[in-house]
Amino acid sequence: MIRERFLVSIARNSIAIALGLMFLAPFVFVILTAFMTSDQALTANLWPTSWHPENFVDIFTKLPMFDYVVNSMTYSLLATGFMLLSSVPAAYALAKLRWRGSNAVFVVVICMMMLPPQVVTVPLYLMWANVGLTGTLWPLILPMLVGDAFSIFLLRQFLLTIPDEYLDAARVDGCAEWTVLLRVVVPMARPGIAAAAIFQFFYTWNDYYGPLLYTSENAESWTLSLALSQFKHLHHVEWNLVMAATLLVMAPVIILFFLAQKAFVAGVTLTGVKA
Amino acid sequence: MLSFLAPALVGIAVFFIYPLASAIYFSFTRFDLLTTPQWVGTRNYAYLFTQDKLAWQAAANTLWLVVVLVPARMIAALATAMLLTAARRGSGFLRTVFYLPALAPPVAATVTFVFLFNPSTGPVNSLLELFGVDGPLWFDSPTWAKPSLVLLGTWAVGDLMVIFLAALLDVPKPLYEAAALDGASSWQRFRHVTLPALSPVLLFAAVTGVIQTLQYFTQAAVAASVASGEATTGGGVSSTFGYPEQSTLTYPLHLYIAGFRYYDMGYANALAVVLFVAAFAVTLVLLLRFRAFAGGRK
Repeated sequence: MIRERFLVSIARNSIAIALGLMFLAPFVFVILTAFMTSDQALTANLWPTSWHPENFVDIFTKLPMFDYVVNSMTYSLLATGFMLLSSVPAAYALAKLRWRGSNAVFVVVICMMMLPPQVVTVPLYLMWANVGLTGTLWPLILPMLVGDAFSIFLLRQFLLTIPDEYLDAARVDGCAEWTVLLRVVVPMARPGIAAAAIFQFFYTWNDYYGPLLYTSENAESWTLSLALSQFKHLHHVEWNLVMAATLLVMAPVIILFFLAQKAFVAGVTLTGVKA
Repeated sequence: MLSFLAPALVGIAVFFIYPLASAIYFSFTRFDLLTTPQWVGTRNYAYLFTQDKLAWQAAANTLWLVVVLVPARMIAALATAMLLTAARRGSGFLRTVFYLPALAPPVAATVTFVFLFNPSTGPVNSLLELFGVDGPLWFDSPTWAKPSLVLLGTWAVGDLMVIFLAALLDVPKPLYEAAALDGASSWQRFRHVTLPALSPVLLFAAVTGVIQTLQYFTQAAVAASVASGEATTGGGVSSTFGYPEQSTLTYPLHLYIAGFRYYDMGYANALAVVLFVAAFAVTLVLLLRFRAFAGGRK
């Protein structure tokens, strides 16, 4: 019995280690290839015979990488900031204020969140073309000023976990609703707000469809993600440089994850169902 | 209340209700970006259902992904989550390792996979060769391109795994102990304790998985573009979509091409309305379980 259990645990650990290596392997190959020469990246050698950190300089000198970084940062930071300004109050109204129709509005928010973006792509594109903003990233940034469905949903779920007693106490003290939100709810909801902000940053940083739709004709507005997808097809960039650029695209997301792991995992769990 | 919600209500009207209504209206018209819409009745739909063979191929590709990718991801998520609950030492480290790929930006992850699975120069086929296996053409093969995308989606399973892991840790321990006392085998414990306890989370994962897969775009577009990179030159960004031989042409890609390569806006909207009906039908399943999903106010 004990022997059997021992064997089972060895088997289980071996599977876990093997799986872990498989999940990590692609990252390892990306890193190794990013340090190779272009010729070597095309050989069966998996380990670099010589190391070339200058590849990371090359992607900035051979490609307008710096512009892509600025575009991506502009899109991600503005969209995240705008989303917080508009979505935190909306989530508060849906989670903590009592009014007729709040459930109906919430159902609409869920429908909006579930709507495949491609369904409304053409009318929205025409709308932005009419005001002359196609070719830029503004059609993706400006809508965040009036709320993002997924963020509203996520924030509402988090605000529901804050006991009403704290809010009522502030109200009894004569606080207006905006004061209750800013002084009581926002400080208590910091982990939820952090999670929503991280998700929004990731979503915009990773976004391919939006930049493709609005900026594919104007390479000056390209984000890192969109540019990375085009290196092979349009510019015939060598694999070692493509992998260096891939690392650069991955880096901010992974660094942010390790800095804010707790808030992040709490947020992911919040998007699941409350069993 | 209104001062908190007013911006969001404007957002719902301008970026949801209005474009949805005009997509439905435009779907009965014919126009490019230059001319005014002309009413053509149901002609776009007639074309879609009776003549556009590529639309059927695209729908079949998307359906293939729904049927294969969604279950593959759910099984992988459940398996890794259960492995983590069983592991005693190092489970924190392992959890991060399993989660990491889900963090990789989809474009970066797809570029990585096309590189790894490059038929002649990629590490995967080089390794397979060591074992005497002649690897397939992966993203360059009409047969293997979709399975390669499934591998990519399964690698990035961490987001789903974290949700399953939280649900698994919520299953009351005494249930397992009671089942073990009654002599239940580990399969029986899984079948009669774990699965029923997880059913709301599994339903949620299935529904959102199907909706995500109906809009599957980025990985298919990027894989086609990068894999075809050495085979083709020039052409617009969308000229490579579907490579090889339309095997990765998903339904949203077909819609995008209709609208933004051929500027056939009326027809693109007809395709959009059909996509909307499909996604809405799936969303209804969620809404019918509204309480379980959103945890209403008591």
